[in-house]
Amino acid sequence: MTRDEIQSAIFELLKKTAPDTDPTNLKPDENIRESLNIDSFDALQFLVALNDKLGIDIPEEDYGKTATLGSLTDYLEERSR
Amino acid sequence: MSDIKITYREALKAGIRDALLKEERVFLMGEDVGRYGGAFAVSKGLLKEFGADRIMDVPLSEAGFVGAGIGAALAGVKPIVEVMTVNFALLPMDQIVNNAATLLHMSGGQINVPLVIRISAGIGKQLAAQHSHSWEPLFAHIPGLIVVSVGTHEDARGMLHTALEHPDPVIIFEYTSMLNLEAEIPADAGPTNISKAKIRREGKDISIITYGIGVYKALEAANRLSEQGIDAEVIDLRVLRPLDEESFIRSVTKTHRALLVEEAWNTINISSEVSARIMEKAFYELDAPVKRLGGIEVPIPYPLHLENASVPQVEDIENAVIKILRP
Amino acid sequence: MKEFLMPSLGADMEAGTLVEWKKKPGDQLKPGDIIAEVETQKGLIEIEVFEAAILENYLIEEGDKVPVGAPMAKLRSESIPGKIPEKDSETHPIQEEEQATESEGPVPSDSISEETSSKEKPSEEKHRIKASPLARSIAEKHNVDLNNLKGTGEGGAIIKADVEQAMAGQKEAPKQTPETGALKDVMKKKTEPETASKQVIKSRTSTSKPGQQESIRAAVAAAMSRSNQDIPHYYLEKKIDMLAALNWIKETNRQREISERLLPAVLFIKAVAKALDSAPALNAVWDNGLQFKNEVNIGFVISLRAGGLLVPAIRNADTKSVDEIMAALNDMIPRARALKLRSSELSDSTITITSLGENGADKVFGVIYPPQVAIIGFGSITDQPLVHEGMLAIRPVLQVTLAGDHRATDGLTGSRFLQALNNHLQNPEKL
Repeated sequence: MTRDEIQSAIFELLKKTAPDTDPTNLKPDENIRESLNIDSFDALQFLVALNDKLGIDIPEEDYGKTATLGSLTDYLEERSR
Repeated sequence: MSDIKITYREALKAGIRDALLKEERVFLMGEDVGRYGGAFAVSKGLLKEFGADRIMDVPLSEAGFVGAGIGAALAGVKPIVEVMTVNFALLPMDQIVNNAATLLHMSGGQINVPLVIRISAGIGKQLAAQHSHSWEPLFAHIPGLIVVSVGTHEDARGMLHTALEHPDPVIIFEYTSMLNLEAEIPADAGPTNISKAKIRREGKDISIITYGIGVYKALEAANRLSEQGIDAEVIDLRVLRPLDEESFIRSVTKTHRALLVEEAWNTINISSEVSARIMEKAFYELDAPVKRLGGIEVPIPYPLHLENASVPQVEDIENAVIKILRP
Repeated sequence: MKEFLMPSLGADMEAGTLVEWKKKPGDQLKPGDIIAEVETQKGLIEIEVFEAAILENYLIEEGDKVPVGAPMAKLRSESIPGKIPEKDSETHPIQEEEQATESEGPVPSDSISEETSSKEKPSEEKHRIKASPLARSIAEKHNVDLNNLKGTGEGGAIIKADVEQAMAGQKEAPKQTPETGALKDVMKKKTEPETASKQVIKSRTSTSKPGQQESIRAAVAAAMSRSNQDIPHYYLEKKIDMLAALNWIKETNRQREISERLLPAVLFIKAVAKALDSAPALNAVWDNGLQFKNEVNIGFVISLRAGGLLVPAIRNADTKSVDEIMAALNDMIPRARALKLRSSELSDSTITITSLGENGADKVFGVIYPPQVAIIGFGSITDQPLVHEGMLAIRPVLQVTLAGDHRATDGLTGSRFLQALNNHLQNPEKL
């Protein structure tokens, strides 16, 4: 998948989780959960949805590496090759 | 004849004075009725006018002086016994129930007790729990007594006379909170009966049945209700025992709805009896359940706003009627 | 014959709007079946029936807003044996009344309308309509059938005005159909057709409208004010070392698919459920006295994105495994956010947990939801220095608070509970 496609998927799923926000406004180094006010439950749901859509599983010890938009996109891009 | 403006107090006094003037055997006895002029100034000046033979100050012993009054009545004179307030009236209860009310029966009809006891009742002036009772229902429960309630100036002026003419004991309830209230009565106003209820205001939508302090409040509520298109009939029971059933049954048959209002505590009061009778005699005319608005079941509180909240006020009557008519 | 009444779905609920019937007249209902969807301040809620019955007919229509306790439908209970044979309602309602006076008395609030469903069906149940005596005599005199009149009197009783209106409208004796029949004519409330109401439901599954949020806010405000006014709160706090628990979760999740992973909240819920064994007085309600509850139904506070709270219950949390609790959360939280909870879920809690999650305040002092007697608050887990085996260590620390109703329990009970809670969280594998 291309980086753009990955970003689209991320925005789409974030919008589903936090419908009252505009995820496309996120800066690459912003903490996604903080900026969009997403709690731990919704975060887990987001990851489940991401897994369903992209087939990529993010293990718990890697949660720290995927906290920002930039780092999440990087992480997913690496594993989608 | 034109009308005169008079306070409730003045009307009561005029009634007593009339009685004293008309009949020699009549005399007034009670705490502070003579020299002090009456605890509530009702008998002011009467001692001077009629002398100590007719206006008698009694010791602070309700059981004692009510008993003495009963004795006087049995002996052939006509005492008007004044018990300062109903709050003290439990003390002579034995005399009233076991003697005054019962001697006629126990003597096989031979002995009448032509006694009149005037008792002040009701809340007011923040006199709190022990001094604010409305115990009319307790007295209205006793066979052998006639119990009346002075809810208007016309009755303040007129009921005493008729009570004194009755061969049996009559308890007259007066209301301290109304003493200063002014109203107009005919200048030649005279005796009023002690047997019938009276329609104080005619209406067709609901019968508000009340007595005592409730009468003027119900009339005020009825005025306000008429502005909302509700035409309420107001019945002043006047006689609490024996109830003039015919009057209120006739009223409910016409209006098909009833709201019973009184200050006495809601459980087991006059309204309970009236409600039962309406159910018994006018059931098929009812278009809504009979509702009762009585005193809240608490000892009367001291703070003014709570004292006022413990009995039905004009708004409460108004709201209760609206609720019945527009559920 | 019984009436299905609009249930109360919260202490402060006054009315609900029927959005959609989920069952039709003639349908057999089992306990737990959803009979309708009702909109309240708390959102769209599915209403359940709690007994086996047959849905006889509707008493209100989709779109109607009715107060709590108002009849919504007639149900025919199968267990009621035949009583007095049916009387023809046209002849002498007065006689019927006299019988009623002896057995049932004229108090409107007690009478449940039992009904013979039609003249076509020879039913064995006694006919009983709530109507004032006056209305009955007028109806009898003018041959008006009370059967299908809608009463506007107190408690839905038919009064004189209703009979006169029926006479004026020149209604013929209505045929009893499975649907609302003549009721449709008498009730003038129906506005949109059925499709419109279905569209309303569809739009509701996405974000909630501002009006909805305001009423949820209002409902929360009312409940919290009441709580603050009526309940004397006492507060206890405990700091809990979460290292063992967090490690256990990390290990467990490592070996699982993402969709099976657990959140710390699940441990909180299970630990609270078990800790209540040491302090059963906290799993109770206060209603002029303490009433212990057998079931441990843990209400879990869910905040809505646009503001406001919903508190659905995880039932029998003490008997569920942590996996089952996670499954329950997975099921309930999305439905809560979409305002699609069931009536039984919103009214069953015996105790409540509120968890702030991460990145929030350190601890939360909760407000008890009456008639419960306790609420447990879980703050955020932050690294803090503490003493472990005589040495200074940095540990992930959770500050737990207990707010208790001081009429029901005191600090001793609360302390015991917090102690037990801590012990359970130190042994997560045993939860």
